[in-house]
Amino acid sequence: MPDLLDRDRLQTFRVGGDERLARAELRRQVGRLEHELSSLCAEAFPRLTLDTGVPASFAVPRVARLEELEQVRDALAERISVAREALREQDELETRNRELLERMLAAPAEHKWMRISRADVGEPGCGHWHSRPRLGPLGMLMGWWRVKVSSGCPLSGRLAAVER
Amino acid sequence: MAASKTSRPDLHSEPLPRQGWVAPHIAAEFPGLGIAWVELESRRTNSPEPVRRRLRDLSDRFYGSHAIHMRERPIPWAYRVFFRQIGLDPDHTRTPVEQLALDRLHDGAFVSRGMPADAVTIATVETGVALRVFDVGKLRGELCIRDSAPGEALPDKPAELAQGTLTIADGRGPLALLFGGPAADREIDSEATRIAIVAVQVKGVPQAAVDEALWIASAAIAA
Repeated sequence: MPDLLDRDRLQTFRVGGDERLARAELRRQVGRLEHELSSLCAEAFPRLTLDTGVPASFAVPRVARLEELEQVRDALAERISVAREALREQDELETRNRELLERMLAAPAEHKWMRISRADVGEPGCGHWHSRPRLGPLGMLMGWWRVKVSSGCPLSGRLAAVER
Repeated sequence: MAASKTSRPDLHSEPLPRQGWVAPHIAAEFPGLGIAWVELESRRTNSPEPVRRRLRDLSDRFYGSHAIHMRERPIPWAYRVFFRQIGLDPDHTRTPVEQLALDRLHDGAFVSRGMPADAVTIATVETGVALRVFDVGKLRGELCIRDSAPGEALPDKPAELAQGTLTIADGRGPLALLFGGPAADREIDSEATRIAIVAVQVKGVPQAAVDEALWIASAAIAA
């Protein structure tokens, strides 16, 4: 992978002078930005779906001109900026939810009927934490509250094994 | 002992990859761009059981997270970058390996489409290298990557190509767009007896991966 980020050697540029050099530099920047966007996209999965699309310059493949490469680079940089902001907001939300979960676990009676899913705190799976009364209506009247932990859906591997 | 001798592959019978050329001004713009192919006997047929079993095995070890993290791997990423550099959006015009990944998630498996398409699917998913298939009977001369000249069009397409379109061409003219053209199995008809499996290499894709892709596809066709 690093060789894609390396600058192309000057001897490959035989004609076109500075503009070809500029195009090569822009292509290198596009490669670096694409790598960054891909990393953000993978980091966000499955918590967040990031839009990584950049409108295509052409309907068919061709050698892009300098200004077209600049447009692609700027659009990628914009996408990265938006993706970083979305990830930062998501991280903050998950941190707040984790703190709320800790408070709920410490004092279930103060968070009656509150339900926090694993997705809310950025964890994989579909389980959740639910503040519920012990022994149903009796627990409600007596104030016997507890947090019930759901382990979520069965694993897909187990379902596949059952189908076999 | 005897069994191991008979199961050893005969290296001399394997088709040797041939290297095509890239127009000098295109090669100067895109160092690392290349084209290589192997020619072998094959017809459009249903895939034999070993090939279909291999597709099922590939399906079983390929999940949604693989599709997302695929773009971080060096070879799929190299194709994404190249797509950006030639003005295509890889989230719209998918790279070959990402298109296969998307089809796998959509269909629930790598669905068998017969030979040689299944061989191309296996080799592409295993290596990430972009492959396509042509009918050798319709090729003239060496394969190359070049931009289209004024007045040129793709075979059986009346519309003239925009000047400068990057194409795979032979001695007569453009055969297909470099990427984003018709699917691999549509480029050969039922009368083809000899096919060329063509690999398009871009910067960041090692030669060993290209050779491996061609070898895997050839081996699958010979199965």
